[in-house]
Amino acid sequence: MPERIAFLHRKDVIGILILAALLLVVFPLTLDSFRLNLVGKYLTYAFVAIGLVLCWGKAGILSLGQGIFFGLGGYCMAMFLKLEASSPENTAIQTTPGIPDFMDWNQVTELPWFWEPFHSLGFSLIAVILVPVIFASIIGMAMFKRRVGGVYFAIITQAIAAILTILIVGQQGYIGGINGITDLRTLKGWDIRTDDAKFLLYFVCCFLLLGSIVLSFFVQDTKLGRILVAIRDKEDRVRFSGYDVSNYKIFVFCFAAALAAVGGAMFTLQVGFMSPSFVGIVPSIEMVIFCAVGGRLSILGAVYGALLVNFAKTALSENFPELWLFAMGALFIGVVMLFPNGLAGLWSAYVAPRIDQVLGATRRRNAITPIDPAATPGE
Amino acid sequence: MTNDTKWTVDRRKLLAGMAAVPAVGMAPGFGHAQATSEVNTTGLAVTDDKVTVGILHSVTGTMAISETGSVQAEKLAIDQINKSGGVLGRQIEYIQEDGASDWPTFAEKSRKLLVNDKVAAVFGCWTSASRKAVLPVFEQYNGMLYYPTFYEGLEQSKNVIYTGQEATQQIIAGIDWIVKEKNPKTFYLLGSDYIWPRTSNKIARKHIEKLGLEVQGEEYFPLEHTQFNSVINKLKLRKPDVIYAIIVGGSNVAFYKQLKAAGIDLSKQTLITISVTEDEILGIGGENIAGAYACMKYFQSLDNPNNEAFVSAFKEMWGQDIVIGDVTQAAYLGPWLWKLTVEKAGSFDIDKVAEASPGIEFTEAPEGYVRIHENHHLWSKTRVGKARLDGQYDVIYETAELMEPDPFPEGYQ
Repeated sequence: MPERIAFLHRKDVIGILILAALLLVVFPLTLDSFRLNLVGKYLTYAFVAIGLVLCWGKAGILSLGQGIFFGLGGYCMAMFLKLEASSPENTAIQTTPGIPDFMDWNQVTELPWFWEPFHSLGFSLIAVILVPVIFASIIGMAMFKRRVGGVYFAIITQAIAAILTILIVGQQGYIGGINGITDLRTLKGWDIRTDDAKFLLYFVCCFLLLGSIVLSFFVQDTKLGRILVAIRDKEDRVRFSGYDVSNYKIFVFCFAAALAAVGGAMFTLQVGFMSPSFVGIVPSIEMVIFCAVGGRLSILGAVYGALLVNFAKTALSENFPELWLFAMGALFIGVVMLFPNGLAGLWSAYVAPRIDQVLGATRRRNAITPIDPAATPGE
Repeated sequence: MTNDTKWTVDRRKLLAGMAAVPAVGMAPGFGHAQATSEVNTTGLAVTDDKVTVGILHSVTGTMAISETGSVQAEKLAIDQINKSGGVLGRQIEYIQEDGASDWPTFAEKSRKLLVNDKVAAVFGCWTSASRKAVLPVFEQYNGMLYYPTFYEGLEQSKNVIYTGQEATQQIIAGIDWIVKEKNPKTFYLLGSDYIWPRTSNKIARKHIEKLGLEVQGEEYFPLEHTQFNSVINKLKLRKPDVIYAIIVGGSNVAFYKQLKAAGIDLSKQTLITISVTEDEILGIGGENIAGAYACMKYFQSLDNPNNEAFVSAFKEMWGQDIVIGDVTQAAYLGPWLWKLTVEKAGSFDIDKVAEASPGIEFTEAPEGYVRIHENHHLWSKTRVGKARLDGQYDVIYETAELMEPDPFPEGYQ
């Protein structure tokens, strides 16, 4: 195999293939439909974690508000699905048939104007990406152009996540409040609640994720990707070299937001509802933890981080319903204390060198042995 | 159960009560199990000698403090049912899952219970948000949920039995009582910002205005809110005759302490709440809330033989210092109602259980007597309690008749 294929290193290609085999072959063959649907749910968080690798790991911008974008993407999807589920026939028992049930409970008698465009699937899909990106670029412009960075930026993103949660919770007549948007049924007449639909959605999710991974490798490998790393390491030097640092930062922040939004939309489709509990501070911090456990410098590591943490969450909470949060806490502390670069760090420090050693030794032996067996250094 | 003598007494009483329920004794060879293939045609987790159910509450996170009582009550009921012979001759086993105060987790776990574990019934959920998250799952996989909390109504499902009160049952009788008793002219409505307090206050406002009285203000606070100074200042300024408070969870602690600190004395200022049970008073402190009125269907101090037996069995199982609130009692009803329904239907099949539910009576209920309405809610009495210094309520009023559940009240929406 050549050392590089386009923008991908050989080891990246191998990594992507292993992941693809795991997601597309191993999991579907070994897990029942309930567990597979759970993996699909975990993978939606992997989108966020990949975005954080670029935004935080590569460019050094720690965002504690990725839940905002995950939520916006999810809500755009949920609004479309909710409108479809609220056909006048389905909602005949309501005071005002044809509007979402929570509006009826809150005495809203007319569909609010901002819901109207979500009757269209095309618009909704575009909105899934565009709404969070526009929102991220507004935040980015307001912050980065003023050279707000580091801890201050993290705090502000966190505050925005809190504000958005309060807004959603407070406007329950218009966006469903703390209950969220529930009871989603069909997508263009296709029932998303059946096992077959869940199976298909899992694969859609996998392919989108693999696509996002490849795209992220591409971004990482371009000049832009290298400038981002330079910004992380010495922002002033990049600025003095004539680059407009803020534009690069806005780009990567928007890119991470778009990925998170795709994850949110897939979450809504697979889980069947969206609620403000994915938007706030706690889920946003959890998303950073997925990335940290996986290794914040590694795109593939982030995927494994999201899978591992969520898998542990499910397994521990099923087996120790009253103690599992302590076990989760111990897991996080353990990972951060012992392996600061996460799973990916563990891999590159211990596993990869062994593999190289084995491969390298074989290659060396193949190369050297025929010439002079006696001269082989005794390793 | 450590004290066997005590238990025999309880069981005798429970069995005596059961005899009053028709159909139970009629199951062919009661004590002799019917063939599993007859009572379970849909592949639920039922064998010749046991049946598996699910318990799904938050035992971690912010809701754990409220939901723990429900878990304890459900386990007590299951234990008692097992000791009195089980359901259709089968012992109940439970699988407990943690909803972790997180709505998607509730949905995930309910799917696990129904799809993987094939449980015959689930006793669980507390907040409306968690119920809304699991409802589509129960409807899709045809499960049976016994939901214990008083809630906002506006819902009715074949797959849910609501063992708590819906909003009109709790609110209208309470307001009628306070109007007769205190002859107030003005009300001030407060609540936490989510669907139950908002819907409840809407019903309260409609009813107050129907009576020709005035609502001076209506305010909402985010969950977990702890700064009530500004609204307390407004209360001091406007001097409403009645404060109507539907603040939930931990916020209550701050609210009642700050009311007291601001010099509002609840023995002079009338305050009525529908959200503070004995469980919440543990956190608030009896001295901070003494004198307030609460309107719900059950208080621990309720004086009747059923309740005496229930309270002592509960304390025996979970400790002498424990308190029992309205929802805990409602949770206790769940397994019993399910048992009675299954035995009336002669089957564990969800469809048959759902169909057999209307009309089921539970005469041994700690709250007295309940009956399942056609809309899957309970007929129950509403009571008013006055908070004492020791954290208990004195029951000072109860409706003469059972209140009819009306989840879709006309003229109140």
